[in-house]
Formats: sequence, structure tokens, C-alpha cells
Amino acid sequence: MSARDLNLRVWRGDGSGGDFVNYTVPVEEGEVVLDAIHRLQATQASDLAVRWNCKAGKCGSCSAEINGKPGLMCMTRLSSFEPGETITVTPMRTFPVVRDLVTDVTFNFEKARQVPAFAPPSDNKGGKFRMAQVDVERSQEFRKCIECFLCQNTCHVIRDHEENKPAFAGPRFFIRHAELDMHPLDTVDRQPMVQEDHGLGFCNITKCCTDVCPEHIKITDNAIIPMKERVVDRKYDPLVFLGSKIGLFKSTTRQQVGPAGGLGPSPIKHPAPPTPVAVPEPVKRAAAAKRTAAKQAAPAKKTTAAKKATPVRKAAAKKTAAKAASATRRRSTR
Amino acid sequence: MAAVSNGAQSATEVHDYDVVVIGAGGSGLRAAIAAHESGARTAIVTKSLLGKAHTVMAEGGIAASMGNVWPEDNWQVHFRDTMRGGKMLNNWRMAQLHAQEAPERVWELEEWGALFDRTKEGKISQRDFGGHRYARLAHVGDRTGLEMIRTLQQRAVELGIDVYMECTITQLLKAGGAGRAGNRIAGAFGYWRETGSFIQLNAPSVVLATGGIGKSFKVTSNSWEYTGDGHALALQAGASLINMEFVQFHPTGMVWPLSVRGLLITESVRGEGGVLRNSDGKRFMFDYITDYFKAETADNEEEADRWYDDHINNRRPPELLPRDEVARAINSEIKAGRGSPHGGVYLDIASRRSAADIHKRLPSMYHQFKELADVDITKEPMEVAPTCHYVMGGVEVDADTQAATVDGLYAVGECSGGMHGSNRLGGNSLSDLLVFGKRAGESAAAYAKKSTRRPVAPVAQVNAAAEAALAPFGRKAGENAFTIQHELQEMMFSLVGIIRTGKEMKQALKDIAALKKRAEAVSVEGGRAYNPGWHTALDLRSMLQVSESIARAALERTESRGGHTRDDYPLTDPDWGKVNLIVTETPQGAVKITRKALPKMPADLAKLFEEPKK
Repeated sequence: MSARDLNLRVWRGDGSGGDFVNYTVPVEEGEVVLDAIHRLQATQASDLAVRWNCKAGKCGSCSAEINGKPGLMCMTRLSSFEPGETITVTPMRTFPVVRDLVTDVTFNFEKARQVPAFAPPSDNKGGKFRMAQVDVERSQEFRKCIECFLCQNTCHVIRDHEENKPAFAGPRFFIRHAELDMHPLDTVDRQPMVQEDHGLGFCNITKCCTDVCPEHIKITDNAIIPMKERVVDRKYDPLVFLGSKIGLFKSTTRQQVGPAGGLGPSPIKHPAPPTPVAVPEPVKRAAAAKRTAAKQAAPAKKTTAAKKATPVRKAAAKKTAAKAASATRRRSTR
Repeated sequence: MAAVSNGAQSATEVHDYDVVVIGAGGSGLRAAIAAHESGARTAIVTKSLLGKAHTVMAEGGIAASMGNVWPEDNWQVHFRDTMRGGKMLNNWRMAQLHAQEAPERVWELEEWGALFDRTKEGKISQRDFGGHRYARLAHVGDRTGLEMIRTLQQRAVELGIDVYMECTITQLLKAGGAGRAGNRIAGAFGYWRETGSFIQLNAPSVVLATGGIGKSFKVTSNSWEYTGDGHALALQAGASLINMEFVQFHPTGMVWPLSVRGLLITESVRGEGGVLRNSDGKRFMFDYITDYFKAETADNEEEADRWYDDHINNRRPPELLPRDEVARAINSEIKAGRGSPHGGVYLDIASRRSAADIHKRLPSMYHQFKELADVDITKEPMEVAPTCHYVMGGVEVDADTQAATVDGLYAVGECSGGMHGSNRLGGNSLSDLLVFGKRAGESAAAYAKKSTRRPVAPVAQVNAAAEAALAPFGRKAGENAFTIQHELQEMMFSLVGIIRTGKEMKQALKDIAALKKRAEAVSVEGGRAYNPGWHTALDLRSMLQVSESIARAALERTESRGGHTRDDYPLTDPDWGKVNLIVTETPQGAVKITRKALPKMPADLAKLFEEPKK
């Protein structure tokens, strides 16, 4: 097989809406979806927005949904599709669209701030650390994460439930919690936080996150389930519960700390909202100003209404979103 | 922090800081952490999302003489290896500081949560790499860069440092006015990729940490970001560049499929025992041992193979010569017709190590070949050829403070120059980022603290920057920026690539001049929001200016040394070993080359190079 023509169907638009556009683009043997998108950009649609960096599966920038399946465009080979098959590329659905294939993934950066940082014992300075390879390997698996956020995108807890976002950190940050909880030298008690504040209990272990992980991290089996077990051991063991109620057991000897990034305003900056044009009522203006102030870190630019799940989507979400999404995907509401 | 009008014609939001760091790779993050810890109000500005910078691509490890595997190792040995690897053209003071401070910087990462592979005693494990006498690279499998950037990113998040993601700086701002005070830095101007709206960051100190220039070459291991922004911003602001003729071609890039041509194959493959063979199956590196490295390189396979377990009584295999030597050898084999079907040579680890070892030590290489090329590296050899990887040249800086020649401007990491001389050793980049990142951040913060009268850029300067950025929208029926970018990449790779001649470089300069003309006429379709066509149009200026700097410096240096090989001057000339080439930009925007004597190494360090070999 040498050069041939590929039919591409690419979602184009922004937060206010958009639709699919059909293209035909020449492709070569051995190419990946991102090559086709790049050629499209270089020859037919120079303003086609796509986020990418390394094109080697190492940076996790080019996440999208290809024929409904969440994946990295740079690691999805064209040879994995039927010859003549039209390939449909859409942005990740769980995050607000910025433009075309680019989404606003701020959610993840805000969640990252809430996980307390690694805290070694104060007398154990760098260079003096002694850890066995077998002990660091458990956490090393989770540190392979390239932050493509495909697991976050696929997780049905937030994929179809915008309302869960404030209370749910998502698989990427469950493995971060697990990584630190299993770090041989970490001193922070993370279990109450991951359960009470970060929504570990929302996860009903459908393993969709594991299915889409390009690094093949066993998110559910190796991170989420062990974390759930650790939480259960303390939170739901009747003896421990009773003992802590009557003061027999100290709940923990590990230290309790707040989020890594503190509770102040977010350091993640965004373009300043455009200067307001004409707002009719003075009352509304005050309200709008207040809203802007509150949301300056994350200016509203998404249409939540557009994300209401259709019945098809909801049913599908119960299986892996990956498999489901190929059934029907209508983005035109966006 | 709503949009504040600065009187400029196009609405520009304005923010005030003490230190603005441009770039969020290893060096930028380390500099920002240091500036923040020194008490400066610090901002990080990055073209990409946080944690995606090119540092994630670093595979092998961080060179630091911790002596965890070979207690014989120390900073003097590391210093000596670094200088010899750079063919003695390195700034000796930078090489010294780098070798001395690298171990502490690595241990610091561990305190911040990095999880390196361990030795049996539970210390940080260290691996062999080209040009390093002892196993010296702290690593995590073959994804060390990811570990490093994630650790620094998490540290920056913990400290609450302000981050401007997907925000591109197009111009540095100066105080304006007469004399030295007018020439100092006042901040930076750029645009948000998301909206295309403008942003002005006022700060007395700006740290450039923008990485390299690899995108000017067709076959490269570098990502789209590597357009030489920092190099070009510095030139435009009146600072100078040094050593621009030295571009490192990594010996082992992928060659097939075409889609991934140039993608890096880590040197760790050779560090872990991999060998290079030509189409006859011959381990050809033994034919390419230069006199310079003869004394320390094994001349037969038996000794080379014993070395992996006994570094003291055996000499290093020739596959682990510095990168410039190996890249030239591979190039010669291919040109002599002894290459592989897709125009490379073979890199073989399958016949040398067990499948289990390969999975454990080189997991992402296995992954990369399996998924992108359908090759199982535990069973078959890889096809490899040189790929543009790193620029040794960069902003000329003071060794101790990383201060550029313009007040308030600092540069660090790949976009700074001097540290690596004419060729960088593998592993020395990540340690360079850490050592000098910390130094740059601290000195930038100290300078800002000293600046009691904060410089403010005149409105006219900001207006001009906005106008220049919007110019491609005003032009109609011009060329597409991607076309010019592709032509530049093709041309640079064939005319100013791994082997150079005077004639070809003169042609390259003509071509660059023509491309510059065409770039000035580029037009853009679509709007300002996340428009890659527009972004590329603006990047072209940096790419062209950097390409011209490389070609002019390379034409000037009439010898071969490190990452600069001239077919018409194949020998290394001792007289050229005393000279650095300095690049500056004239007020008209032309690239100018001057010669500058190398700083003299003090006697106690010079002695290290006289030592009789063991």
C-alpha cells in the first residue's frame, strides 16, 4: 500500500456550536491519524485547531475521539481501520470545546491542585533516601501517566454528569493519590481525603479508564480498587468505627494536610474575558461582575445545556464509553 | 485581573510580575521554582499545556556524579568527560558548576516526589551513557524526562506559581530611552492561543527557557514548539548568541515508517548493551575510533563486552562514543551503501539481552516500536539513522548567573549556549536544566529585587508588537505559512545538516533570504481564536532568523568539530579551538557574526586533562 485517499470527517466549531466537515486527504503507508490531520491543516484547512506536541505518544496532548473511541491521534494508525472506511474525529466530550479538536482541560489542572504534595519525613533528606526497587515499582506504574486525560474523558461519572465534577477528581487523580499513598516515604494520610473530598466512592469500577489508557496503566485494578480497600478497612470496619467513636483508636498517626495548591485563587490563568459590551439592567451588571470575579480562574465558556445526555448516551455510558460511543455520536448540539 | 487597557490600539491585558519565565520545560519550571522561593512574584508562560514541554521526550537520564554505582566517580571526572565530549569548546566555568551541583539537584527532585530506579542498596540507580566514564545517569526506565517534568510541575503547583498556558510570547519589551537604562528588559508581549487576544507581562526580569530549534530541520526528534523562539527573542532584544554552528544530530532516530522518521531512540539502548551493525552484520563502530578517544575505547568485541560488568579493567565499547562520533559513523556507513532497506543501519539489542531485561529497562522503546512500526525489539533489530536533536548554541550568558548581555534578560537550558561546547553528552541536558534553572531563577529574582524603579515599556512599542502580530491577517492572497515552513525544513536538512560544505551553505543563505521575503507576505485565513495557520506564520520569523544564524556561523567556522562537520574542512583545527562565534542582530534585522576568544581555564582544572590515563 502506498499513497491513497482517506475520507475524514472532522468536527469543527467552538463553544457556541459546530458541525462535521468532510475532507479527502492523501495518506501514506504507516501513517497515523495525526498525520492526516496535519496534512489537512497544511493543505486545506490551515485554521483547523488541534493540540499536539511530541507525536510520539509521550506528552499526551493530542487526545480526541476517533470513530467514537477516545485515543491519542498520534498513536492511532490508519492501518487499524478498514480500507475505504471514513474516519470521524471529534474532540473529547467531557471537556468544553475551545475550537475544533481542542478542548479546555482546566478541570484537570484544578483537580491537580487539590491533591496534597509528597511529604517525606523531615529528617529524611534527598540523597539519604533508601528505598527498594520492589517498593517504588508500585508507584512508578502510576507515574507513567502522560496526563492525556483520556481516562477523565471516558469516566461516565463526569462524562454525562456535569454536576458530579466538583465532587469527583477522576481516575487520573485517583492514581495520583494511590501513587503517594503507596510511596514508601510519604507521611500524609490521604485515605479520608480521597474518599470524602475527591469522590472515590463514585467509581463503580467499570474499568473504562483502564481500557483507554495509552500507557496501559491498570488504573482500576492497581490503584482504585486497592484505595477503595484501604478506605473500607478504616471507614466501614465496625470495630474500628466503634473504637474510634469511644476513643479507643486514634484514627491515624499520619499527618493531615490541605490541598497542595492551597485554597486561594487559582494560579492557572486564562485569557481575560472580553470587555463587557452593553448590559441592559444595572442589577444584572452587578450580578455579572460578581460572576466574573468568582469565575475569573475559569471563565464560563461552555454550554452545559449542550451536554445533556440523550438516552442512547446514558445507556451506552454504562458500558465502556469507548465501545458505546461508536454507536451514535451527534455533536451538532455543541 | 480583568482586561486592562494600556492605551494600546488593540485591547491587551496587563499583568505585573518580578520575574517572567518563558517556557515550562525542565529549565523553565526549575527557574520559576527558584525565583518563587527567592520571594519574587513569578509567572510561567508556556506555548503548550503544563507538563507537555519537550522535556517529556528525554529518555535516558540525568547525569550526576553521585557515585552510587561506581564510587570512583566524582565531579572532576564528570567535568573532564563533559569538556572532552564538547571538544574543549565548552565554557569551563559552566561545565564546572554543572558537574559540581548536579547531584544535589537530583536529590532535591527526590525530595519533591521523583521516584528513580534503585540500586540494590536502595540508592538512586545510575546507568551508562556515551562519553561518560562511569555509569552516571539517574533514570526511571526510559522515561526520565517525564518523571522530571512531572516532579517539577507538581512542585510548581504546590508552590502556587502563576501559570499562563497556551500563551505565546512574540516580543520582549524594553524600557526604551537612552543609554543602558533604556536598553533593559521591561517585560514580554504575546497572545493567548485560545482567543488570540493580547497579553502584556511587565517584569524587570525575564528568563528565556524556550528550548531548541529542531523544527528548522526536516528529520528531527523535536516537537512543533522547537522553533527557536528564545534565540530569536534574545537576538531581537539586542542580546547575543554563541556556538550556533553546533547542532547535534542524535545517532539513533527511527527511519521507518516515514510518519515517525526522526523519532528518537534513546541512547540507553546502547548503554544497556545494544550494538550497531551494517547490512553485512558487521559491528562497524570499531572502524570509527578517532585518535582523540583511542586511549579510552575498546578496540575489540571481547573487551567491549566485558566492560559492561567491569569498567575499571576494560575500555568503553565504541558504540558509546560521544554522539557526534557515532552519528558521523552511521552516516558514512549509509553513504557507503552498507545501510538497511529504509536507509538506516541496524541497532540490535534483541540478540544481546533477554526479552525480560528489555521490557524492564527499555519499556517505552518497546512500546514505541511495537505500536508505531510493528517491530518487536526483543526479537528484531531496529533500523536507525541520525536525527536533528539538540542545539549546543544559544543565548550567550554569564556562567554563574545565566544573565544575557541585556540587563534583566536571562536564558537557561537548551536556549542558552556555552555549557556543552561543540557537542553535548547524553544525560548532561537534564542536569543542565536543573543546575542552571536554579541559578537563573535566583539571579533573576535578585535582579528584580534590586530594580527599585520598575521599567515600563512605552505604549508605542506595545502597539508595534500588536501590529506585527496581526499583520498576516491584513494581507490577502499570500502564501500559506506551512508551505514555507516545509521548504525551510527540507532545505536546512539537506544544505546545513549533518555534513556541510561551504558551497551548500552559501546556497542555504540565498534560500533563507528568499524564504524571508516570502514569509513577509504570508497571509492567514480564519480568525484569531486557536488558529494554527496564524501561529505558524508568527513562528516563521524565529525559525528563519535562527536558521540564518546557524548557516552563517557554520560557514564561518572552517574546520570540523563536534556537531559541526565540514566536508571541505574535515580536520579539527587547534586555532579554531580558541574561538567562539558570536551572533548578533543589526538594527535592520541582519545576522552578524563576530569572533570571541574562549575564556581561559584556571590551572587547577586544566591539570585534570594532563592526568595519565588509568
